[in-house]
Amino acid sequence: MKLHAGNKHTFLLIALAVGMFGFAFALVPLYDVFCEITGLNGKTNAQAALSDEIAASRAPVDREVTIEFLARAARGMPWEFRPTEDRLIVRPGEMHATTFYVRNRSAHAVTGQAVPSVSPGQAARYLKKLECFCFEQQELPAGGEAEIGVSFVVDSQLPADIRELTLSYTMFHVEDAKHEHLTSQNE
Amino acid sequence: MVAHAEAVPKSRHPLLAFAARWLFTTNHKEIGTLYLWLSFLLFFIAGAMAMVIRLELFEPGIQFAQPEFYNQVLTLHGLIMVFGAVMPAFVGLANWMIPLMIGAPDMALPRMNNFSFWILPFAFTLLLSSLFMEGGAPNFGWTFYAPLSTTYGPPSTDFFILGVHLMGISSIMGAINIIVTIVNLRAPGMTWMKMPLFVWTWLITAFLLIMVMPVLAGVVTMMLTDRHFGTSFFNAAGGGDPVLFQHIFWFFGHPEVYIMILPGFGIASQIIPTFSRKKLFGYHSMVYATAAIAFLSFIVWGHHMFTTGMPFVAEMFFMIATMLIAVPTGVKVFNWVATMWRGSITFETPMLFAIGFVMMFTIGGFSGLMLALVPADFQYHDTFFVVAHFHYVLYPGAIFGTMAAVYYWLPKWCGHMYDERLGKIHFWTATIAVNTTFFPMHFSGLAGMPRRIPDYALQFADFNMVSSIGAGVLGLTQVLFLFIVIKTIRAGARAKARVWEGAEGLEWEVPSPAPLHTWNTPPVIAEGEVH
Repeated sequence: MKLHAGNKHTFLLIALAVGMFGFAFALVPLYDVFCEITGLNGKTNAQAALSDEIAASRAPVDREVTIEFLARAARGMPWEFRPTEDRLIVRPGEMHATTFYVRNRSAHAVTGQAVPSVSPGQAARYLKKLECFCFEQQELPAGGEAEIGVSFVVDSQLPADIRELTLSYTMFHVEDAKHEHLTSQNE
Repeated sequence: MVAHAEAVPKSRHPLLAFAARWLFTTNHKEIGTLYLWLSFLLFFIAGAMAMVIRLELFEPGIQFAQPEFYNQVLTLHGLIMVFGAVMPAFVGLANWMIPLMIGAPDMALPRMNNFSFWILPFAFTLLLSSLFMEGGAPNFGWTFYAPLSTTYGPPSTDFFILGVHLMGISSIMGAINIIVTIVNLRAPGMTWMKMPLFVWTWLITAFLLIMVMPVLAGVVTMMLTDRHFGTSFFNAAGGGDPVLFQHIFWFFGHPEVYIMILPGFGIASQIIPTFSRKKLFGYHSMVYATAAIAFLSFIVWGHHMFTTGMPFVAEMFFMIATMLIAVPTGVKVFNWVATMWRGSITFETPMLFAIGFVMMFTIGGFSGLMLALVPADFQYHDTFFVVAHFHYVLYPGAIFGTMAAVYYWLPKWCGHMYDERLGKIHFWTATIAVNTTFFPMHFSGLAGMPRRIPDYALQFADFNMVSSIGAGVLGLTQVLFLFIVIKTIRAGARAKARVWEGAEGLEWEVPSPAPLHTWNTPPVIAEGEVH
């Protein structure tokens, strides 16, 4: 059956519209891949850096950068969450550690998950974390408090124009399924 | 078919017959008229909201609108002007004029045409009804950034989402109809490069619509699922990213701004040659420039997001791509000026509006170039300078373009000449008022006045008072416009078939007013005859 030219064009254009609707959703994974490659949105790695990666980043350099720490509890998260030191002056390539203070202000146990972000975004991939509380969930009993730590290396390859960077954490409420997460972590 | 359509039972109540005629019409002229009246109505509704905004900004402090209400009015003003006034007005003009200009008896898909119009009143009823809901109307600005529209959006956001879906479906169907009409229903001899520029610009606009309205539908769908179905497209807590919203929104949003101006380019390209009594200078370059602008509009969305912390390379790319748009746009502006060069120009109202369009759109274009500069944009971002910029491209751009088209073709539509003296008064008062309103915003913006806030620091008081006075006058001039249009429809000197002596094109070969059915026998376009 041969379609009338007008019908053919109509169907082609409808297909284009449907395709573009799909494209909007395809942008979501594309964006994630793009950000992972370029470190665009300041997302740092969710796992500890590999040891050879760390070794590569530790070539000594003679410069100093300021790294500032920010912490914030997300909406609906009843925790106090702040850095114990506001800033460190570090030499790229050296290993450093700092801690954050958390206190559960609510009357029941709460599990939290911290999500890190680095600004400027380009610096994200030069911040190598060896250990971080953000790699796993934190649980605090009612009124409980803790100091949680992160240790990191600022890659000595950090571009020279970046002299200050900010590492910020947002602590999110992990609702329900608390125990499942804990058991899965122990495995 | 024709005889069948006219066999309306005589016994019907006249009101019913009237409703049935407009509800079920599949005639491109009637649907065009419906589109134009709807956009006119929504133009006044959104204009009234602008009056609320300017009233509140008349003096520093909070006087008339509480911040919550101000945000709602601001949001609806933007949404309705974009989706309810500018876009339907252009679609109405396309419906009326494209079949006349290419020698087609009607649009290719008349039933779909009816459907795509009649969705709109429902879409805007949904959107406007949110004003009366608990929690108020959407209050996050027309750009509805997440998380303002997801985590923090009022309950009425869901009505907004459904409204946007309906508008999108309507626009996509309208665009499909326009493309299929232009591709298939041109009269014999009407080759691509003989098509009037208005038809060309609309063909390209329709492609933009089909490419980006589904992306808008996609992003509001993601909002909906984020709000109610537990997804986290834009929620960092669930692994999403609010900045992703901005990327998807502006992938739609930037082509959208060209959707709102390209048909205006087409209108200016019809009117300026007529009243200069010369052929359009650089017809081919006009077509290519329009296509180039449309292409570039897809790769510049990042310039809306310079301050989100993009890497330097991305900023450079978006800055240079954005500034490139000035080249095809410059080609167009120079072509219009060259068309007027040594023409025997007369300044009837459509010509005044077209020249006003060229001059004041160019002001908006230049402030756009300033905003494209990354270092400068860091200062201008989210200030009234941006407000001044986009109002210059939209008001004396898109809206003056539409008004030029209405004055130009109104005698063809209703068979009467408008009152030239009133038309000129309308043009000059509107031009003075539009500049009084929007020009001071450049200064208040450069001095640091942020947009979207109902109160401001004392040093901005004078600029704002001037803007508000201009806005009040501007609102009144549009009441005059409504009066002129109604007066012309009801009475006036008889219009000739060729309303303007310098006008060329098929639309001037049918009588005025254009009969309901035209070009049942397609005209034959002679070999040498060009646009």
